[in-house]
Amino acid sequence: MKTLKLPKSKLDFFAAVIQQFGEVHAPVARGDEFAFERLERWSDARLDYNRTILPPKKYFLPPREEMFTYTADGYVPSTEGLDQKLVLFGVHACDVYGLNILDEVFLDGPHPDPYYKARRRNVAVIGIDCIPDENCFCRSMRADFVDKGFDLFFYDMGDAFFTLVGTALGDDMVLSAASLFEPVAPQDVAAYKAHSQAKAEMFKLDVEIRDLPEIFEMEYTSAIWEELGEKCLACGACSMVCPTCYCYDVQDTVKLGECAGSRERCWDTCLFSSHARVAGGENFREEQSDRIKFRFYHKQRGFVAEYGRPSCIGCGRCIVSCPVDIHVVEVLNRLRGVAHVA
Amino acid sequence: MSPNVLAPAPQPAIEAVRLGNPYAPHNARIVGVQRMVEDNHLFTFRFVDPEIARSFSHRPGQFIMLSIPGAGEAPISISSSPTRPHVLELCVRRAGRVTDALYRMRVNDLVGIRGPYGNGFPVEEMVGGDVLMAAGGLGMAPLRSLLWYTLDNRSQFGKLTLMYGGRNPESMLYRNEMSSLVDRPDIHTLLGVDADPSGTWKYHVCRLADLFDFADIDPRTTHAAVCGPPIVYRFILQRLLKLGFSKDRILMSLERHMKCGVGKCGHCSIGYKYTCIHGPIFTYWDAINLPEMI
Repeated sequence: MKTLKLPKSKLDFFAAVIQQFGEVHAPVARGDEFAFERLERWSDARLDYNRTILPPKKYFLPPREEMFTYTADGYVPSTEGLDQKLVLFGVHACDVYGLNILDEVFLDGPHPDPYYKARRRNVAVIGIDCIPDENCFCRSMRADFVDKGFDLFFYDMGDAFFTLVGTALGDDMVLSAASLFEPVAPQDVAAYKAHSQAKAEMFKLDVEIRDLPEIFEMEYTSAIWEELGEKCLACGACSMVCPTCYCYDVQDTVKLGECAGSRERCWDTCLFSSHARVAGGENFREEQSDRIKFRFYHKQRGFVAEYGRPSCIGCGRCIVSCPVDIHVVEVLNRLRGVAHVA
Repeated sequence: MSPNVLAPAPQPAIEAVRLGNPYAPHNARIVGVQRMVEDNHLFTFRFVDPEIARSFSHRPGQFIMLSIPGAGEAPISISSSPTRPHVLELCVRRAGRVTDALYRMRVNDLVGIRGPYGNGFPVEEMVGGDVLMAAGGLGMAPLRSLLWYTLDNRSQFGKLTLMYGGRNPESMLYRNEMSSLVDRPDIHTLLGVDADPSGTWKYHVCRLADLFDFADIDPRTTHAAVCGPPIVYRFILQRLLKLGFSKDRILMSLERHMKCGVGKCGHCSIGYKYTCIHGPIFTYWDAINLPEMI
């Protein structure tokens, strides 16, 4: 992979240059938290953020999306907004990893999702290095580094960014501001390695994912699920903020007095009682304990069977957002029977 | 030096939304409605676009997504056999918003259909061997596509056995069609009802599982395809295992709520399998390894 160095003093220039590739969105402060938003001015960007409230998933699988309009004559696919060029500046490695997992579900296989695909094509991703906080466990989930899914990735090396060029588009971005970049020298590689080592030691949360599927199988009837079912409010916040929760509902809306309307999909979650209810009223997950168990089971066990790794990327958003303090790492460590240190 | 980044690029990704969109329903016209039992009608459809009508083909056991504008979309198993491609028959139980809306429609009205989806029965693996088809009640709706597939490709299969049971004669789907199979020498058809209050039933009056007493099944050469409500699975599976069936020669068709049909929306998950792409046909071995299966 092509590697370059961007002195930090040149970042503002680079940010100005990449506007030609699309509307620039980056993390901005929202109260004590952060959110990906369209930048009014580059100085609003907060590249020192810990995590955004919603992951970048909102750009690729919007919370609500019109799929079709229909009339008496049939269904017409909706394409509004799909061709908009955006540049997401400052995506953390775990969130890029989250997009790679969504890619496996939405792009691979015999039925790629054309809406997701169009957005993925038109939204450039510029990744940036981060410092883990007390709720990060991406290293445990093997999502603290990514080797694909971004156009450019910046690693912080003090006075410069070690720059990985991931795609041809990323290369075009670099070439459009070629004079800003410098070649990588051997001492830069050494500095990168030292930085990588130092970062690995900053994590406060740890969970062992080796043989987690087997432990899930053995603990399927564990009392912990009842306990979590009692506690869980079924608000769905953990799913909404999860970079890899992709379940959606589809609804037809009708224009009053006309045989016309639209078909929309919107975020849904397996924590809602309606998720596994079938026509006629039967519900395959009647209890909240069934539903929260399913969510854990699908992410940490099912995904391993299907895609070779858990779909959890260790971003910590569900920990931050849960109103009753259900803590994913604590649950996994309790299932394994090891002490949880938080 | 600067690459040509501002030139308006063609957008094949947008074209894929307009054309070849896997979620886009194709217009289909209702060409026939036949009442089978209470709240269970057989609807026959024809695609409006002759190219779609020509190219649509399915495997026995697959399903489609049926759209009724304004009401939404629902998965419905295909009742007709791919060996008879001129019709697409869906045996639809009136159970929810979409099927309610369908029941208000008439011949010539337009619906949307996309698919087919799901794995279907593994007919390639079943070829050359015997096939036992067992259904209870409404379970005949998905099983009928396999039934006619095996009959229309009769030389490819060994012994065929059909067991079909219901609560009473009035609850049997395709009653005349099933009766007409009883005299066919190339399939052993066993029909049973739990009770026959009207005294009109000419066949067995017994529970579905008891039909095994009249059948001659070799578990080593037979695939068993089982469809029906959960109670049917319980009793049939017991009998099959007692006969010595291997768990991966027992095939079951399962149903779940679905919003996409193509492995995205998450609603049809059972454990970590999606009914829409890993199923709806599962082996019994799959079933006992997925705790939420039945």
